[in-house]
Amino acid sequence: MKQIAGDSLSAQTIAVNEGILSKNDVFAARNRSLFASRRLLVLNVLSSPGSGKTAFIERTLTDLRSRLRGAVIVGDLATDNDAKRIARSGAQAVQITTGDMCHLEAEMVGKAAGQLNLDNLDVLIIENVGNLVCPSGYDLGENLRVVLLAATEGEDKPLKYPVMFKTADVVIVNKMDIAEAAGFDRATALDNIRRIAPQATVFEVSARTGLGMEQWYAWLEQRCAQKQPSPSPAA
Amino acid sequence: MHEVSIMQNALEIALEHMRRQNATRIHRIHMRVGALSSVVPEALEFAFDVVTQGTPAQGATLEIERVPAVCYCPACQIEFEPDGYFYECPQCGSLNVQIRKGRELELAFLEVSQQTADDRRQMTDGE
Ligand SMILES: [Zn+2]
Repeated sequence: MKQIAGDSLSAQTIAVNEGILSKNDVFAARNRSLFASRRLLVLNVLSSPGSGKTAFIERTLTDLRSRLRGAVIVGDLATDNDAKRIARSGAQAVQITTGDMCHLEAEMVGKAAGQLNLDNLDVLIIENVGNLVCPSGYDLGENLRVVLLAATEGEDKPLKYPVMFKTADVVIVNKMDIAEAAGFDRATALDNIRRIAPQATVFEVSARTGLGMEQWYAWLEQRCAQKQPSPSPAA
Repeated sequence: MHEVSIMQNALEIALEHMRRQNATRIHRIHMRVGALSSVVPEALEFAFDVVTQGTPAQGATLEIERVPAVCYCPACQIEFEPDGYFYECPQCGSLNVQIRKGRELELAFLEVSQQTADDRRQMTDGE
């Protein structure tokens, strides 16, 4: 009997329709319910390298020390310098060594959160890897995405990374103290941000001098307060 | 970029579905990649050859279906494909639009069989 060789005998098409990052989404959902059970406000902070992201987080936690109880998860290439810097603010800090990874994943964040004491905490800040492309598709279970750029990076920065800016809840323009000296076209920059990310709340700050930080703090405190149970109506 | 790890994830999902069907070979993998997925299709193709080496998907065909961004304007109730960076409704100019398509990064379907490469070679040799 002659056997017919070929795929037609047994080949079959299977519909899959599954997200490639679905595993990450499962971990992100798990993180989100853990954070929700602790009434934690969780920020995922993203920027390019050198935008002053660590300084921004450090200053936020230091200045807010008496108003909000914060912790940080830092994604860092190898050394734990950023985590050490942030620990100076008195906040709990855990480092995720990312090696050559270009983004944080939800599973890593879940493990790192396990090393933190989540009791009596108001805000958890996740400092993502310095990259405005790769992390965009990875949900970490955060409540808010904060995308930071420095005025020194130029007013066309949002045009170079439109996908990331379109996912931002907050856009921080840092280094505003030296914006003018750097030839930063502020009006064009704000227009670019508004048109690319109309959903985002924008803050112009200097993490170095503190310029504009108070508005950011007030907004952040308000968001944290929304996490707390509203006072129960009088019976 | 991280197309290699994306492709590894895709291959894991594909192998899992292959095994569920009691199949042993993957001949075709069809993916949907949205314009807003931050993934470069050409880099995926390159990564595919690397990660499938020595697996049941070695030599399989990778098909990438590119999905353009599609927005919806709630005011005009129209869908449109945005042009450029700014997602403005072409009818009313509003920026207050929803992104409906373009974030896809999916494994759509697979073609599998129960033959192994060795089976096929033996059958051909025996003729
Ligand atoms: Zn419209």
